[in-house]
Amino acid sequence: MADDADLKALPLDALHRRLGARMVPFAGYAMPIQYDGIIAEHLWTREKAGLFDVSHMGQLLVEGDGAAAWLESLAPGDFKALQPHRVRYSLLLADNGGILDDLMVTNTGKGFYLVVNGATKHADIAHMRARLPAGLSLHHMEDHALLALQGPAAVAVMSRFDLIPESADQPAFADLKFMAGARWLWNGVKLGITRSGYTGEDGYEISVPNSHAEALAEALLAHAEVKPIGLGARDSLRLEAGLPLYGHDLDPETTPVEADLSFAISKRRKIEGGFPGADRILDQLFNGAPRKRVGLAVEGRMPAREGATVWAGETQVGVLTSGGFAPSLNVPIAMAYVATAHSADGTALEIEVRGKRIAATVVPMPFKQKNYVREGDKK
Amino acid sequence: MSRLYTQDHEWIDVAAKGSGAEATVGITDYAQGQLGDVVFVDLPDAGRAVTKGGEAAVVESVKAASDVYAPVSGTVTESNPALADDPSLVNSAPEGDGWFFKLTLSDASELDGLMDKAAYDAFVASL
Repeated sequence: MADDADLKALPLDALHRRLGARMVPFAGYAMPIQYDGIIAEHLWTREKAGLFDVSHMGQLLVEGDGAAAWLESLAPGDFKALQPHRVRYSLLLADNGGILDDLMVTNTGKGFYLVVNGATKHADIAHMRARLPAGLSLHHMEDHALLALQGPAAVAVMSRFDLIPESADQPAFADLKFMAGARWLWNGVKLGITRSGYTGEDGYEISVPNSHAEALAEALLAHAEVKPIGLGARDSLRLEAGLPLYGHDLDPETTPVEADLSFAISKRRKIEGGFPGADRILDQLFNGAPRKRVGLAVEGRMPAREGATVWAGETQVGVLTSGGFAPSLNVPIAMAYVATAHSADGTALEIEVRGKRIAATVVPMPFKQKNYVREGDKK
Repeated sequence: MSRLYTQDHEWIDVAAKGSGAEATVGITDYAQGQLGDVVFVDLPDAGRAVTKGGEAAVVESVKAASDVYAPVSGTVTESNPALADDPSLVNSAPEGDGWFFKLTLSDASELDGLMDKAAYDAFVASL
């Protein structure tokens, strides 16, 4: 374990400690794992709104002529067709089609705003800089914190903030749809806000200058519906939502098809290819992959953890990449990679935990129905 | 009855000092606070022999699984049936209804190295 002295402090470090957080090392930072307790925080987020500090994540800006085409040389999204103020989930791919990171890409109108994982951001930036053509700029927004407000009350809370649109051609804040984003001025401070998240709930991610991060966090926490939520509940929330965690459920050995993330390969890119590892990935897409990421409902009460092996009779057919207890469902759940022959919904398998076999069934994800408010949905 | 503690944050109640005496084992309030919400406890079956410092049970929080060690050697006589229905007893009553298992001691001299409450409290305060 890293010595505390080696850990970097987040802009909200003092606030977390004042709020009674238990701090742990994560991605090189001291980060809050919990405040009141993981189950209470998890359930609060599903019922009201949780405030998450995700400032360890990397925020990048890509600008210049040809930015969309360049992103398409790194990731399988259709960025040329991504409209201003729209957000897409994408994957940074290695030349062999393995996943280097997963990321969110927003068209700002002037370029692209990327949010990448904290543990991988320095490698991502090196990967991108090594491939950056003349005429394009890549800026790491180290002077910005990132907060997430997630849960059914998030919209009501944010509606009480006086947010002035940065430009005339962007959506009004009240009309901001899921997977859309833009910039607003709050007390003269520029906030980059997307309606997105990593909990399966409706909500926002808010990019804020470090200098105003604490004021914004305090302003959000002043609302009765909002409590601070740690990394522990962030993990249990995303697991219930069926969302993969990089470094656990995704890694450079895994392709988008194996990871069941083929939706991140845009239709045009499926036809045209031209992204890293396209030959392998498209072959898997059309002819099948040897293994697949699946959800497992675990029988009984005992959680099965990452690394536990998955069996069909006496044959090992896979391994867990995430596993734990689902507070909203009150049962253990897991994600695993299993041989494709054993990946169909309803397949009965076994997980080995401490020498014991426990029954598990392949189930569709999300485990917990998502509460996103998509375009066209009734408000 | 006296309660003794280990540096691994288990407690043991011994009814009488002597080999063959029965003892009750659990984890301390400090330990449950460090673990967070307990969702499952994997307890040893009656009849299982455990050795001092060896794995005796596993306590699962939302986040992780943690080993619980036997404070002394002996043979398990009973595990707490209430924890199967309500593992959160480990959080709400760690040093009471949230006990883990009972055992008969095979070597009462192993108790000598354990801490009393005052020594354990000082140990926790030093962490």
